[in-house]
Amino acid sequence: MAKSKTNTEDYLTMYRQMVRIRTFEDNANQLYLSAKMPGLTHMYSGEEAVAVGICEALRVTDKITSTHRGHGHCVAKGAEFKEMFCELLGKEEGYCRGKGGSMHIADQSNGNLGANAIVGGSMGIATGAAFSAKLLGKDDVTVCFFGDGATAQGLMYEVMNMAALWNLPVIYACENNGYSEYTRTDEIAAGSITARAEAFGIEAHQVDGQDVLAVNALTQKLVDRARKGEGPFFMELMTYRYHGHHVGDINREYYRSKEEEKDWKENRDPIIRFRSWLVEEGIASEEDLDAMNAEIKQDAADAVEYALNAKYPDVSEVDMHVYTDIEHALARDTA
Amino acid sequence: MRNITLSQAVNEALAEEMRRDETVFIIGEDVAEAGTPFKVLSGLVEEFGTARVVDTPIAEPGFMGLAVGAAMTGSRPVVDLMFGDFIYLIMDQLCNQAAKTHYMSGGKLSVPLVLRTNLGATRRSAAQHSQSLHALVAHIPGLKVALPSSAYEAKGLMKTAIRDNNPVVIFEDKLMYNDKAPVPEEEYLIPFGEANIKREGTDITLIGTSSMVQVCEKAAEMLAAEGISAEVIDPRTIVPLDEKTLIESAKKTSRVIVVDEGHQSFGITGEIAGRINEKAFYHLDAPVLRMGAMDVPVPFSPALEDITVPTPEAVAENARKLMSGEMIHAA
Ligand SMILES: Cc1ncc(C[n+]2csc(CCOP(=O)(O)OP(=O)(O)O)c2C)c(N)n1
Ligand SMILES: [Mg+2]
Repeated sequence: MAKSKTNTEDYLTMYRQMVRIRTFEDNANQLYLSAKMPGLTHMYSGEEAVAVGICEALRVTDKITSTHRGHGHCVAKGAEFKEMFCELLGKEEGYCRGKGGSMHIADQSNGNLGANAIVGGSMGIATGAAFSAKLLGKDDVTVCFFGDGATAQGLMYEVMNMAALWNLPVIYACENNGYSEYTRTDEIAAGSITARAEAFGIEAHQVDGQDVLAVNALTQKLVDRARKGEGPFFMELMTYRYHGHHVGDINREYYRSKEEEKDWKENRDPIIRFRSWLVEEGIASEEDLDAMNAEIKQDAADAVEYALNAKYPDVSEVDMHVYTDIEHALARDTA
Repeated sequence: MRNITLSQAVNEALAEEMRRDETVFIIGEDVAEAGTPFKVLSGLVEEFGTARVVDTPIAEPGFMGLAVGAAMTGSRPVVDLMFGDFIYLIMDQLCNQAAKTHYMSGGKLSVPLVLRTNLGATRRSAAQHSQSLHALVAHIPGLKVALPSSAYEAKGLMKTAIRDNNPVVIFEDKLMYNDKAPVPEEEYLIPFGEANIKREGTDITLIGTSSMVQVCEKAAEMLAAEGISAEVIDPRTIVPLDEKTLIESAKKTSRVIVVDEGHQSFGITGEIAGRINEKAFYHLDAPVLRMGAMDVPVPFSPALEDITVPTPEAVAENARKLMSGEMIHAA
């Protein structure tokens, strides 16, 4: 594992956050399988080191934009289980009062400008948040999360061009998990992914996305530099999703083998790797970590229980929040 | 009161709001030194600098998306889209992102953004530079849509739009940039959702938007000479729409023509006619008539282009038919 100069507490926070994401996803999957969750959802399991390594290098006031596979980003940026599960179940106490759901979960209190159900759809938003910071004289940095599949969207090239022209404090973080839906990345992306950014003069790095310390160390450096006006930057994080494209994607052998999945899960799992490192380095004992896992498991179970019993928004909310200044949009035009 | 052009009115509105609020900035193609191809923004970069009057690459989805993110994080962008026809390029950022963010976040995030663009045919610019596409965006919940009909409205509506915390799309008629109208020296704002009764009448209501307000006024004059008293109403914003004023007028006159430069089918005219039918049906003495632009791509040849948009003569002719009880849509 790549070493960085963080202290014990930071290491344990990173471990905790990765386990929280994995645990959140296990519960979300269970909610789907037991038909308690409306709709579908995309699991982040396997990619935890990316979100955590990056978000642990950010301040609360820094911004992120997220994707359809966004629970990991949301947890990593500081969100609570209770409001997240409530949102997944469409309940009033959810982060978005049940109006967004899994694919639009946003938590502005921690700088998460929201997941996005349009592949590549948040690249403009992230770049604009960075533009805003510069215009308003703030030193916030924005990280734009997106998948390898999103590199096929034209918007990415338009906004990277502007970010580079104007030295915006934005970091484009491409989570290359090898697939977009049911298609291998090498079938949809010609040439090199980092070279796309380099063509605009943007410094680009490829990093092992299963190594939380490597991700964190690189991000810390880039964030510091972006804060000083040296941005933008681009990171390609090599990672893997354990589940199907979404929770309903069960039979996957037509596009990827069980052996491949097994190899990533057993030999490259970000949590297992980091855990053995923590123990080897004497930072934590197996018992400490087991206790932490158990506590997180209980937290998640409590939050799920809470969310299942929480109330749905009143039907009168259906036409609220369409406009900021019109309480009920459908009442606005009535003669 | 002094007379200034619509172009100057927009320029003044932007300058005043940018002086008032440092978070307001303009972004688009050739908006700075060039002041746009229509020269509407001339002089602004000199006062506010290139940090706040931002020239972009030719990347409409890119700068529209950037503006959405800027609006979500404390800035108030005014996006300059050179031609209304280019709105197709930014549809995802406008309709999936800007329009829905407040709702999807349960009211936590907001997008105080103005998209200023234009509409209007008969500039001999052919099918991709002449469309009036306001109905497309008026269809999307979460967006407000303003259609100034003169320099006076252009200034007052723009200032209101900039202060609004929602995404607002303003369509200026590009044929009206040099038209002058009385505009007060002192500051004023025009609230959204308040129609303006341009001319009072008792026999028939002519509802017009944007440059069609002038068309309706001219038609009303022609009709007056024949003893027909036409009321002319400018809704000024179609979202929100001042239904009350429109319905009251329909009830009073019992006959209505709705005139708009968007394509007639599935457009603004049909929407307004539908609402009047629903809410004033028993007061009507004739079907509510729609007059939109012809349902064809805008042709280049002047001989063809001029017949695609409603004219004062055509509006007056239809008004006469409604007054005489003639069944004009007996298909
Ligand atoms: C513009 C758009 N096109 C297609 C889709 C359908 N879709 C949802 S996720 C996805 C694959 C995205 O792949 P990638 O960006 O690599 O993200 P990953 O799912 O691997 O995390 C597709 C095609 C969409 N949501 N938006
Ligand atoms: Mg992918």
